[in-house]
Amino acid sequence: MGEMLIGLYVFVLATVAGRELIGKVPPTLHTPLMSGANAISGIAIVGALVVTASAESRLVTILGVVGITMATINVVGGFMVTDRMLEMFKKN
Amino acid sequence: MDLSTLVELAYLASAVLFVVGLKRMQSPATARPGNALAASAMLLAILATLVDNQVLDWTGILIGVVLGGLIGAVAARTVKMTAMPEMVGLFNAFGGGASAMVAAAEYVRLQEAGALMAAGTGVTIALSLLIGAVTFSGSVIAFGKLNGMVTGNPVTFPGQKPVNALLFVVILALGGMVAGLLAVVGGLTPLTTFAVFSGLALLLGVLLVIPIGGADMPVVISLLNSYSGLAASAAGFIIGNMVLIISGALVGAAGLFLTMLMCKAMNRSLANVMFGAFGQAGGKAALASGEKKPVRSVDAEQAALVMAYAQSVIVVPGYGLAVAQAQHELKKVMDLLTERGVDVRFAVHPVAGRMPGHMNVLLAEADVSYDLLYDLDEINDDFKNTDVVLIVGANDVVNPEARDPQSVIAGMPILDVAYARNVIVVKRSLSPGFAGIDNPLFYMENTMMFFSDAKKAMSDVAKEVREA
Repeated sequence: MGEMLIGLYVFVLATVAGRELIGKVPPTLHTPLMSGANAISGIAIVGALVVTASAESRLVTILGVVGITMATINVVGGFMVTDRMLEMFKKN
Repeated sequence: MDLSTLVELAYLASAVLFVVGLKRMQSPATARPGNALAASAMLLAILATLVDNQVLDWTGILIGVVLGGLIGAVAARTVKMTAMPEMVGLFNAFGGGASAMVAAAEYVRLQEAGALMAAGTGVTIALSLLIGAVTFSGSVIAFGKLNGMVTGNPVTFPGQKPVNALLFVVILALGGMVAGLLAVVGGLTPLTTFAVFSGLALLLGVLLVIPIGGADMPVVISLLNSYSGLAASAAGFIIGNMVLIISGALVGAAGLFLTMLMCKAMNRSLANVMFGAFGQAGGKAALASGEKKPVRSVDAEQAALVMAYAQSVIVVPGYGLAVAQAQHELKKVMDLLTERGVDVRFAVHPVAGRMPGHMNVLLAEADVSYDLLYDLDEINDDFKNTDVVLIVGANDVVNPEARDPQSVIAGMPILDVAYARNVIVVKRSLSPGFAGIDNPLFYMENTMMFFSDAKKAMSDVAKEVREA
């Protein structure tokens, strides 16, 4: 089985898993969930690091560094703002 | 075990931690540790990547991480809770942008190396760039619409749909050329083709979001959140990285599910949100403006008395509450009533606020315990046994008109406040809500209209409850 096909298997199964996981979240947590899921999409930072690490030309380096910067904003900002929201959820 | 096996195992652990983290977000009690777990999964994936790759030059990586980290941290610390939807929109733009950058960098690298691109790689590069770029420009426009930098009104022009469709076809053709599936026409160099492709993808994102009204932006942001996950997944295919594919797919599924949920709460299809301006679908028109009906108007003292001597009060907060920043004053009223032995609860409509669950965040910010917040399904049957319903800044979500099959909001789930013994509506005027239709609730016999700004109203009522 080719690498693309294995990737496709993983992609489809992860999609099903994601759908099943999220379906059970109470509406109370939908905003933090959206923000937390958004932070996870910053996983693109891994891709940006890979292309930057092996960059041999200036253009590739620039594109990679811009990618790292954008992804880090997404990751750091996303997780921190989600934590800020969840910190406020208290039960008396 | 060699290093690359260890790295792959670290990626696997990271993917599992993402799943467990998301799972823990199901309950308010475990949500915060769940988020921390997802954050540590991210850190693990980043560390594994850095160990695995022979980094030629750390300068760029350090600049990117430090700069991005600073910007992200400052934005996350300073954003107001009411501005949360546009903040998520902006963060999402960067997530999509990052995936587009991965695709661009990989394409340029392959071109420079003169390497022959496998068809699969070409397709995933084109997909990652297209989805990432649409997410980026679309999210930026959504951010602008929510914070007022771009007009919140739908921007339309004649022939908009054919233009968009034509643009999409051109983009697909260019994508085919980028992927190497179609022959390059007109003697364009691969890099020029790629640049035009990227520019048009950005333009498509703008054109897709600009005709959608500001009130629908949370749905758009949620959908774009799903896209940014898909873009990350596509980037994972490009570099053959499973943790990217898995996390991207998780986010893609989560975003799509949340989007569907929002549409359902508004009783609209996703297609209607994306392609149809609200209210143009026909149905019963808005009431003639000249028509005057009697309303019962009350002041702070009367409203306070009704609530102070009630046994049970259900508060229905809406976006107007958030706009007026009145959640802290409302909490004060709630505390004073609770001290007097009144049973106070909150009924939160799924689309109260500016995105699902936004109202819960705003009330949490005001220290309202989350076990006092009830969903529509949990509390709708209790209204008939309730003495007073206090509606602050909500309108369409309590409009009994939704029960009328002829209405434009027919079938929208509503809170059945009309069945309560008394209804107090705090509102600036009788003006219609986002749906643009009159609300018969305001003219009912058991309804008292308290015309005031929500914040002033709540602090006045608090004063009167204290003296009651």
